[in-house]
Parts: sequence; structure tokens; C-alpha cells
Amino acid sequence: MSALFECRDVHFEYDHVPALCGLSLEIAAGESVALVGANGSGKSTLLRLLDGLGFASRGTVSFCGDALTQDRLQADDFALAFRRRVGLVFQNPDAQLFNPTVFDEVAFGPAQLRWPKQEILQAVEQTLQLMCIEHLRDRPPYRLSGGEKKRVALASVIVLDPEVVLLDEPTSTLDPRSQSGLIDLLQNWKSASKTIIATTHQLEILDDLADRLIVLEEGKVAASGATRDVLNDFDLLLRANLVHAHRHSHGSVTHSHPHRHSHADHEHEH
Amino acid sequence: MKRTNVVTSTLNSLSRALSRALISEQTARRSGVMQSLDPRVRVLGTFLLVIVIVLVHKIAVLLAVFTGAVVLALASAVTIRTLALRVWFVVLAFTGVIALPALFLTPGEPLSSVPSITPQGLHAAVMLIARVETAVTLTTILVLCTPWVEILKALRSLCVPREVVMMLAMAYRYIFLLAETATQMFESRESRRLGVLPGSEQRRVVAQTAGVLMSKSLDLSQEVFLAMQSRGYRGDVFTVADSRLRPRDYLAILAVAIIAALALWLGR
Repeated sequence: MSALFECRDVHFEYDHVPALCGLSLEIAAGESVALVGANGSGKSTLLRLLDGLGFASRGTVSFCGDALTQDRLQADDFALAFRRRVGLVFQNPDAQLFNPTVFDEVAFGPAQLRWPKQEILQAVEQTLQLMCIEHLRDRPPYRLSGGEKKRVALASVIVLDPEVVLLDEPTSTLDPRSQSGLIDLLQNWKSASKTIIATTHQLEILDDLADRLIVLEEGKVAASGATRDVLNDFDLLLRANLVHAHRHSHGSVTHSHPHRHSHADHEHEH
Repeated sequence: MKRTNVVTSTLNSLSRALSRALISEQTARRSGVMQSLDPRVRVLGTFLLVIVIVLVHKIAVLLAVFTGAVVLALASAVTIRTLALRVWFVVLAFTGVIALPALFLTPGEPLSSVPSITPQGLHAAVMLIARVETAVTLTTILVLCTPWVEILKALRSLCVPREVVMMLAMAYRYIFLLAETATQMFESRESRRLGVLPGSEQRRVVAQTAGVLMSKSLDLSQEVFLAMQSRGYRGDVFTVADSRLRPRDYLAILAVAIIAALALWLGR
């Protein structure tokens, strides 16, 4: 598979505080990749750079061979084509829901990309149905529950039917039923050969979510590999703060070992 | 304990602001004369009438426009009670304070019944109050009967700079979120408070909360801008709304133009 995204020695800082420190990786078209790592490891920052919302202070981020630079994204032709192909669902749905009604929110993206009116109306209706939010269409987004907001935020990106979907903590604030609904949706996208890049802290959904896992640590790639292989590397997960050492007693013997949750089971490594 | 401290009264104000906004949204969704017109016609008509109100010099003409505004309100599902509470009493109190000195300070022949007041002063005070009452009544009817986004779109199509319109849009959208955040912050403080805080401490709490909110709102505004860019925003907002005016909109423009011309001629 050819590289869709390519990051080479990417550095990025927030007010002189480093967030990415020489990160390099490649993501191929049609791959489903999960970015995992402790808080502050650079997952959300990387997603923003991949979406052309921030620019590396050093190194390059490329999409289909074109470097994502401020100059390039200022050109309407490139920017509109890029936005049509890549969509980002933000972690905080309140940042993404700025329109007066759910309908306007879902229609915002297609309207900015200057789709014909009939096409917009049709796409919005289909998306509202797909996400089971038709009943919310005239509601203002700020009056929705956390889970409803998340569904509307997802709908506002799905409506564009992008080739690449970037998801920042997609399952946060979702109840278990909505969570499994989202996983089903992501699996449908996977089978439709869309590229999915998601960040998450929930190790139990990774098997369903991604074929490849990239572990970030202090702004760099600490490991990358098939999901199951990485999940089986307890030392790596422990180092990356994705599992924790669990101390307990068996009769008079007290010991500690890595501890994680997977598929609602409680796994211990003795 | 009776809860009347600064924190609690701030909480109550925030909650009142949110419920008022909800009432506005509900009124805007009802059917009525104003609601049936294109938002551009509503904004333009209101703007034109407010200018006329400023230029008219006769109380009788102002009262006629005011009566017309009340009829329009009733035909647009806005109740007299809403207007009285939101506009008439408030305007009377504030404008009354400003108009009061005019009663005594405007030169002229004193009234025989109240010697310290001149008829010219009385006329000036009544004109000021009538102008403000009528203008604010009209703009309140517009705001109550038109979703905020429609007002913004209308402003944009009437050539108000897009930066101004976007700032207004964001301010309205996020004021609720920040009000909600502020409410949660105050509630969290209240839940951990023991006894009654002295007044200076309460004011410090409110000031601190305002500071934190300011910082949060800056972060949020940055995020919102990125989210808009991510979905193709390039500086101009495109919408799917129908932009054609209907026959009744043209009739309304004509009616407003005739009323404005008549009022100017009769009230010159």
C-alpha cells in the first residue's frame, strides 16, 4: 500500500512546551490505525497536524506526497479538495458544534465545500438517519446531552463522506450501546476501504477499532505493529502508562503485576 | 439559611439568562406575522422604522407607531406581559432617570399646575421616553420572532462585514456554554462551602471565576476556529437557506415604506 500520510522528524511545540519531538510514521490508504499513549503523549496534536490545522516547527507532514504547509492550505483549490477527503472529529464536541440547530451543524461542512443545495439536503437527511438523530434536527446543539452531542459531531463529519476519518477519543462520553453502534459504523467504514486514524485510551475497543496500533511516548513513536501484538507486549504498555501495576495478596503472599481490562474481562498477567 | 450572597445571586442571574434565551427560541418557532416574513425584510423594516422614530417630532405620530408595534407583537405571538416585563418597565426606569432633569431644566413658561415644570421640558421628557420605548419595542419584537442565526444571515446580506457577523454568531453560541460552565463552577464552590463567606471573599470568588472563564473561552474560541477550518470554512459562511423573497415579503417592504413615509411627513 502507498503512504497516504507521511510524517518525517516532526517537531511541534505549544508556547515552547514540546508536544511532538522528532515523530516519524507512515499511514497507508485504507489502514485503520489507533494512536495510543498516556495523556500528553502527543496524540491529539498529531491528529491536528494530519488535518492541516497546525504545522510542524521542524520536519514535514505530507498527504498523498504533498507537504501540508500553511501556504499550500491557503490556496482554495488544495484546501477544499483536502477538506473533502479528510475529516476530523474533535474530542470536545462543544468545540465542533457552533451552529444554531443540529440540521445546520450537519449541513455546515457540505455548504462550506460549496456542494449543490439538493445534494446537501439529501446528504444531511441520510446522515441524520444513519446516526439516529433525525428527532434532534431542529434542536440547538448546546441543549443536547453529552452522548447526543458526540453523535451530532460525528454526523457533521460523516456527512462529507471523507476518505480519511480522524477521530479524537471517539467513544468518550458515549454510553455502551452508542459505543458499540459507533464501533459497528467504524467497521463498516473499514470494509469500505476508508482510512481511519483514531486516538483512544480504551484498550478494550482496540481489537475492533484498529488493525495497527501506534504507541506514542513523549511525542515520539514508541512502537508500531499489529494491534494484538502490541497489546500482548505488557512491558511496553506499562512503560507507556496504558496499563498499571496492580498490587494484591493471595493469602499471605503479596505481589504486583501489570493489570488491564479487555472486552469487559479482567485480565491479570502473573 | 436564606441564600442571598453574591455567588448565589450570580447563579440565579445565569439561570435566568438561559431561560430567557429559551423563551426567545420558542417564540421564534411559533407562527405569526413577523415569523412569516423573510428575515432580511424583518431586519431592514425594523431598522427603517427605528430611524423614522428618531426623526419624528410629534408625540401623536410616535404613539401611532408604538400602537402599530404592539399590534404587530400580538399578531406575532409576543404577549403584552413579555413586552411589559422585558421592555416597557425597564426602559421607563432607565430612560426616566435620564429624562427627569429635562422636566425642570428646559427653559420655558412654567406650568400653572406644577410651577417647577415647563411644558417644553415635559414635551422633551415624554418624547425621549416615547422614542426609546417604541424603538426598543420594535427591536425586541424582531429579536423574539427571529432565530439569532437568521438575524445574522440578514445582517450579512445587508452588507454588515462578515467579521462582525461571525463575532456576533460565536458570542451568542458560546455564551450559553460559558454560562453553563460558570454555573457549574459556582455550584462546585457552593457545594464545598461551610458557613457564610464575608462579602469581600464572595466578590473575590466571582472575580476569580470570571478570570478562569475568560481563559477557558479563549481556549474554546481557538478550538472552534480549528473545527470550522477542518470542515472547509475559508472566511465566508455558506448556508443552505432559501434566499428568494416571496410576494408577501415585497408587500411587507412596501407597507413599511408607506408607514415610514407617512410618519416622517406627519411627524415633521
